Amino acid sequence: MIPAKFGYRRAGSVEEALSNLSEHGDEAKLLAGGHSLVPLMKLRLATPSLLVDVGRLAELSYVRDTGDHVEVGALTCHRDLAASAVARTHVPVLAHVAGQVGDPQVRHRGTIGGSIAHGDPASDLPAAVLALGGTLVVRGPQGRREIPATEFFRGFLETAIAPDEMLTEVRVPKVPGGWSFQKLSRRAQDWAIVGVVAVADGSPRVSLVHMGSTPLRATTVEEALADGATLAEAASRAGEGLDPPSDINASAEFRRHLATVLVHRALVEATGAGV
Amino acid sequence: MKVRVTVNGAPYEHDLEPRLLLVHYLRDVLGLTGTNVGCDTSSCGACTILLNGDSVKSCTVLAVQADGAEVKTIEGMAGSGGMLHPIQEAFSEHHGLQCGFCTPGMVMAAASFLEEHPDPTEAEVREGLEGNLCRCTGYHNIVKAVLAAARSGELG
Repeated sequence: MIPAKFGYRRAGSVEEALSNLSEHGDEAKLLAGGHSLVPLMKLRLATPSLLVDVGRLAELSYVRDTGDHVEVGALTCHRDLAASAVARTHVPVLAHVAGQVGDPQVRHRGTIGGSIAHGDPASDLPAAVLALGGTLVVRGPQGRREIPATEFFRGFLETAIAPDEMLTEVRVPKVPGGWSFQKLSRRAQDWAIVGVVAVADGSPRVSLVHMGSTPLRATTVEEALADGATLAEAASRAGEGLDPPSDINASAEFRRHLATVLVHRALVEATGAGV
Repeated sequence: MKVRVTVNGAPYEHDLEPRLLLVHYLRDVLGLTGTNVGCDTSSCGACTILLNGDSVKSCTVLAVQADGAEVKTIEGMAGSGGMLHPIQEAFSEHHGLQCGFCTPGMVMAAASFLEEHPDPTEAEVREGLEGNLCRCTGYHNIVKAVLAAARSGELG
């Protein structure tokens, strides 16, 4: 499989990347590790006329401790995030989830910014950033803006990033306490059929992988817990109001069932409760 | 676009179409056909090579992304005079292959894995090779071979 023809420019700075985006609008796509975009281009599901390669902007590859937050540069690859001492200490769930993406080869190339900007509901990292209550930092011609993760994912593969903007940083509050990541897939390297991230920082926050057209917060579960429901009662509501896909791996009905089971496991593990 | 790349220690320079995949550059331009194309969807790992020392699936990397990089393929593993690399030697010794199609990718994935995990457990080897599929399902001997290579004391 060979991608359709495209032009290629290598950006030497964020400014250069942004000026290319301004010039070419939504005909241009940013290329980081390429592990979401290149497969789509090979299938001709994406046919950008220009790729702006930002993969060499080393200044956007970092994991920083800023007191009450951890900042992750958009070009940090999954392997580096998984191995980062700062992430493992202060946001262990994020480091763990990064270490579960794809397989080692994918983690050597794929970046957190690419994964988040792609906005795939079946991806693990968007769910982790959602559960952590993270913020996405975006730069564009008008400067820099911050978007809460809860307002970032707009539709299937659609985010709040404008065509002339670039995601530069993912910022998450430190949550060293209880957490859980539950992922059910048929084979080791597969996408999650359903995944759950739970973070027990005060009232638990829960997010869902592959349960709708975007990565989602399990609001019915969170509200039930806030109203004093038991973990089992809250988990039983995980599929309510959701419209997950049916595909070769699972029907929508099975996904809704799976969500209740995995949310329960995640809540038990994250809160340290007995089963 | 002009691309300069070092492959198995030798420098190359070519003018390439941006859409050329790294695996096609290696196979069709350089004639290094040891790297196989299996699934062509970054699942099977048959096309695994080392890019600046890290295992990557070369069917999902554009050749232009490798500009300035050091690439190592299965052809670069054996030493001078046909001396097999210790990982290749271990695959041979422990029957870590049947049809052989996945083998170049397995060896390159193992090389990168052992660089990051010089003293792995069996479970770590199995997880470390999760990006490589063997359709002969010969995983058991592949894992044995990688453990043997790790314990051979011959890895640099």
